[in-house]
Amino acid sequence: MAMLFARSRNLVSSLRQNLGLSAILIKRNHSSPRPVFTNYQLSSRVFLDPSTSFRHESTAVETQPDLVQQSDHEDDAQELDFPGGKVGYTSEMKFIPESSSRRIPCYRVLNEHGKIISDRDFIPVSEKLAVRMYEQMATLQVMDHIFYEAQRQGRISFYLTSVGEEAINIASAAALSPEDVVLPQYREPGVLLWRGFTLEEFANQCFGNKADYGKGRQMPIHYGSNQHNYFTVSSPIATQLPQAAGVGYALKMEKKNACAVTFIGDGGTSEGDFHAGLNFAAVMEAPVVFICRNNGWAISTHISEQFRSDGIVVKGQAYGIRSIRVDGNDALAVYSAVRSAREMAVTEQRPVLIEAMTYRVGHHSTSDDSTKYREADEIQYWKMSRNPVNRFKKWVEDNGWWSEEDESKLRSSTRKQLLQAIQAAEKWEKQPLTELFNDVYDVKTKNLEEQEVGLKALVEKQPQDYPTGFHI
Amino acid sequence: MASLLGRFCRKLVVPGSAHGSRMTSTTACGSETVKSLNLYSAINQALHIALETDPRSYVFGEDVGFGGVFRCTTGLAERFGKNRVFNTPLCEQGIVGFGIGLAAMGNRAVVEIQFADYIYPAFDQIVNEAAKFRYRSGNQFNCGGLTIRAPYGAVGHGGHYHSQSPEAFFCHVPGIKVVIPRSPREAKGLLLSSIRDPNPVVFFEPKWLYRQAVEEVPEHDYMIPLSQAEVIREGSDITLVGWGAQLTVMEQACLDAEKEGISCELIDLKTLLPWDKETVEASVKKTGRLLISHEAPITGGFGAEISATILERCFLKLEAPVSRVCGLDTPFPLVFEPFYMPTKNKASSSSSLSSPSKNTHFLIHGFSRLL
Repeated sequence: MAMLFARSRNLVSSLRQNLGLSAILIKRNHSSPRPVFTNYQLSSRVFLDPSTSFRHESTAVETQPDLVQQSDHEDDAQELDFPGGKVGYTSEMKFIPESSSRRIPCYRVLNEHGKIISDRDFIPVSEKLAVRMYEQMATLQVMDHIFYEAQRQGRISFYLTSVGEEAINIASAAALSPEDVVLPQYREPGVLLWRGFTLEEFANQCFGNKADYGKGRQMPIHYGSNQHNYFTVSSPIATQLPQAAGVGYALKMEKKNACAVTFIGDGGTSEGDFHAGLNFAAVMEAPVVFICRNNGWAISTHISEQFRSDGIVVKGQAYGIRSIRVDGNDALAVYSAVRSAREMAVTEQRPVLIEAMTYRVGHHSTSDDSTKYREADEIQYWKMSRNPVNRFKKWVEDNGWWSEEDESKLRSSTRKQLLQAIQAAEKWEKQPLTELFNDVYDVKTKNLEEQEVGLKALVEKQPQDYPTGFHI
Repeated sequence: MASLLGRFCRKLVVPGSAHGSRMTSTTACGSETVKSLNLYSAINQALHIALETDPRSYVFGEDVGFGGVFRCTTGLAERFGKNRVFNTPLCEQGIVGFGIGLAAMGNRAVVEIQFADYIYPAFDQIVNEAAKFRYRSGNQFNCGGLTIRAPYGAVGHGGHYHSQSPEAFFCHVPGIKVVIPRSPREAKGLLLSSIRDPNPVVFFEPKWLYRQAVEEVPEHDYMIPLSQAEVIREGSDITLVGWGAQLTVMEQACLDAEKEGISCELIDLKTLLPWDKETVEASVKKTGRLLISHEAPITGGFGAEISATILERCFLKLEAPVSRVCGLDTPFPLVFEPFYMPTKNKASSSSSLSSPSKNTHFLIHGFSRLL
């Protein structure tokens, strides 16, 4: 074959030639100094809602020790010039320790009894907002309970709950604007609930009926709604992270007052896509808020088997990303942190990482029995004593904004609505068979048309071999 | 050599065959002038046009900013700015994932994977995300604006990791399209179609032809339709099907066979997924014989899909078993490359092409089957 063509040029020499061309170097702004720790100070700006004044002082990051100890040696005054900028040098051979002497502290606003700890660093929440937040957290609890039971009864094939993570779900959603594009993992239905997805719409997806926007193609809990700017859930872990970087970049290019917000669990941060997503968002200077729900478990794998770092928050700096660790069971802390992160992302066009510490009270899913790998006592402790819903409830009640009457009314009406939604969704018409073949491509291709014809003929001929209700 | 290629190229322009390509020429600038271009220049032209005609389109990947290791992206960053044409970190899963995000927001993301050999880290994003993005969301979302370009195929000295032809992996994924051009003129039209197709497309470029293939390429904005195979040489005794750089090899095999009195019909598949079964079927029903050739290893290669389909559709018309002349079932070797490759003499000596006469062959095979 070689004789048919001109003598092939060596790949390496052609590459060398290319590199010798007057190349345009795409320069990112590396000139600004990158300190080891940022003493980030928010100015006293008023954010979206003028009625909530932002009372803020400098953040409590100052007390952290430097990762690299400065030596007093004379040499250290000089700097070396390397690609990537100037770097000081030291004659002292010192390894950066594998861990800091102190773990990164966790930002919280409310104590376990629902009392505000300090009047300082948080964004106040109005009564209206607080009540709505609480109602949604309680609704999420009821929804999780009833759908879980429905699966146990064999009415839906699968379910997974967000029990213990209601504060992350609802408070983060409350802190965002509706234009922010959400790319979930799968344990964030509360974000969709907050945005207005109805209990009926949730039920329809779980039953995969004709009203399901996903057209019955995926397992339950794989919700998605373009109307609510909530990308459809997909089972593979962490794939949404680099996509979120792309979404953020798109919003930046469109000059939208919006950012991408994406969720991941502690386990998901071990995936390559976590590295890809954070690195791309940082390099591309994309407005993305990465929210990691560190709930201690990836199915049966405890975080001690997942990483050796101090959680996820310390990884942010490795990518040049500003990060914070927050008490994920504290709705007010989550709200403040996400709100601030979102503002930074949009106004400064940069990614931000939030590690929300929490606990997965429920099993991984209906296919899991977590008592097989963890103590029932542990589960019980978090369910009762560290319950985010109860904690927020106390604060809301203490303000006189919520009563036991409100509570029982909400829970019973939500329960009733859910049971009705399930009954209706169960009876609802099934998807027509043609939806099996649509949307693989924008237009059905020939091979799919042929397969559809063949399948329809087969089903008509032997209907007993197929489930009923799927109109041909 | 040049004259062979020239003859080959002139054939492409003449619309003599029954299934000749119907060029949809969308004249953007009004001029129908052509220019002699190699493959990377033709691709470069297509990218310039794509970015020019859609302000919401982006080109990115490793080393794309300075023009790319194969010069396919020359001049783009200077012309369209580094917000639209940029280097990415060295991370294929990030490149494709980022591209999916951009595309999901309604943009066109034309991403480059430096060598097809390095596409595998992005396989999860391509198979589990891009391919299923529309379907799984009930058509609420899609990433149709995504096009993934990658140089593929033998280059003479590439060895394991600069020579691979991974098209078969992707042809097994409902939801994406796989396109492979054979020449500069084809590449420009097919790439523009791929970029503008509302589905994610994987576009493999035969790197061997980046400099070697030179052809008259129209300068205007034109598209060549996807999923339409082209009969680039008419014949009556045997059908040959291939794609990309392999077609040039098969062309030579056809010329050799002609000297023995065998009339060959050569088909360029162009789009492997979804592929144009009708054109191949019609041809095989006419000739009664099929030979498929690709560089990728024979076992599980895309030739197997074509063979199985044609057997289903043309069984009674076949006068000989379907023949596949492909790469060996080994990793792509360096010093052994000339032995590994499906060369024209391997094609010529395959049973389908070397039979003395049609009728004798039929008798031998037909009777042996009946006995």
